[in-house]
Amino acid sequence: MSFLSVRNLSARVKGGGPLLRDVSLDVAVGEVRGLVGESGAGKSMIGKAVLGILPKAVEITSGQIMLDGVDLLALPPAQRRIKVGATCALIPQDPLTALNPSRRIGVQITDRLVDILGWTRQRAEERALALLGEVQITEPTRVLRQYPHELSGGMRQRILIASAFAAEPKLIVADEPTTALDVTVQKQILKLIAALQVRHGTALLFVTHDLGVVSKVCQKLSVLYAGKVVEDSAVADFFRAPKHPYSAALLAATPKYTDPLAGLQPVPEAVIAAVRAEVAHG
Amino acid sequence: MAEGRFQVRRRAGVRLWLSAAWLIVLVIVALFAPYLAPKDPLEQDLFAGRLPPFWMQGADAAFLLGTDSLGRDVLSRIIFGTRIALTVAVISASLTCLVGAALGLLAGFYRGWVDVVVSRFIDIWMAFPPVLFSILLIAVIGPGLFSIILAIVVIDWTRFARVIRAEAMTQSAMDYVASARVAGRGRFGILLREILPNVLPIIVVLLTLEMGIAVIVEAILSFVNLSISTDDPTWGGMISEGRTSIHQAWWVLVFPLITLFLTVLSFSQLGEGLKNRFDPVLR
Repeated sequence: MSFLSVRNLSARVKGGGPLLRDVSLDVAVGEVRGLVGESGAGKSMIGKAVLGILPKAVEITSGQIMLDGVDLLALPPAQRRIKVGATCALIPQDPLTALNPSRRIGVQITDRLVDILGWTRQRAEERALALLGEVQITEPTRVLRQYPHELSGGMRQRILIASAFAAEPKLIVADEPTTALDVTVQKQILKLIAALQVRHGTALLFVTHDLGVVSKVCQKLSVLYAGKVVEDSAVADFFRAPKHPYSAALLAATPKYTDPLAGLQPVPEAVIAAVRAEVAHG
Repeated sequence: MAEGRFQVRRRAGVRLWLSAAWLIVLVIVALFAPYLAPKDPLEQDLFAGRLPPFWMQGADAAFLLGTDSLGRDVLSRIIFGTRIALTVAVISASLTCLVGAALGLLAGFYRGWVDVVVSRFIDIWMAFPPVLFSILLIAVIGPGLFSIILAIVVIDWTRFARVIRAEAMTQSAMDYVASARVAGRGRFGILLREILPNVLPIIVVLLTLEMGIAVIVEAILSFVNLSISTDDPTWGGMISEGRTSIHQAWWVLVFPLITLFLTVLSFSQLGEGLKNRFDPVLR
């Protein structure tokens, strides 16, 4: 059964061109779906649409976002916020701006549990402490009393991951969670997200432009081009035999560690022309 | 490198404490003015007019900083003037801050029509020349303590609104605001819990700067005789009166001027120092 089901979602810049074209995708309970595509393909927009944090300049023109059987777009804003807040969380892209610089780490993790979910402060603090342990932060008691600027980027991303899992959400949207980190830290963070996802059985919508990441973490995959899903496959099938010529070219363009002298393979012009025509015709 | 940084921080600390000390002295002086002032600030003694301060020839030890042309004690008048200066500074700056910061936060955070209304209002407001505007305002509603405070609030709220609107906009674009929204916080909750703490250091700096500005505005209005009734001694009023006899009795003008200068300087330095205390990154 799918926990999140996006149906024929279209969105556009107010008074401008389309951003999402008839997007449909499903994320089952406990499943990890990768969302890949070039810059500007609309990957992040889908995540933001689900969470209700689209920029004001973007409007949804048609479609449904079914979360746990409820169409979010049909709910009044306040109810939608509560529904999303109770079941979803976000692991943001940039750990440097995703923590409030003037508040202590501990308060930032706990006060949402206390204020919004009605936990007692003690329970929230115990939970925060346990989660910082889970994301392998040494001296969690001290970190809870620190401010974001006192911590490294990798540490902050761990804290954001801990914070995302804090309320036991059913679905987490990870919006390029490793892009802002350097390569060695990326790998640790990726392992951490994968481990926590398995342990907590959380469904994950994983936005990335890195097919290597997809092969490690995801079970399902949607490939986007210019706001349209051009391929929707199981990850194992995709890497064996991509269905769409564009995704095949995308896969071929991934640099290979096994053959560093092969050079980069750009996506051929003909493939781009074909996929453009296809998207434009809907 | 590390040492240089330490030096800078230390000097900032000294400045903070010096200005805080001066302002504390002023507060004490204002509170206990009747006990501290050696003379009645309004008592005239035409036979003791234009007496010089104590270290000059012909001084009277009873009038430490000399007397003005009507024989009133300069020191006592400065001491009583502190009361009005501080009252105006604290009340008008706080009210200005409250109005300006609230409008700036709302405009910068909610954007949309709220922002359009507030921003256009600020633009129009700032097109008025401030000194003329305040003189006009007081000429219409009549002089007095209340009028001065009102004039300062009405003129200076734009200063707060502008800066705080810009800062609120910057903060609203940060990812932590999006995270808070996902977590289910309402718009107003985000404004209070997430945005406000980050704007607070700037509010504090502007508030203390505004206190300095308020002291100056009060002095300017006294100078053009639009302040409190002439019975109450004010620093601006003293400067204004001293101007006419500057060649014969410079002390009547210079001592209140120094007091005014130190006070305004202290307010601005206090603001800088407090900002460093409030901002976790600089702390």
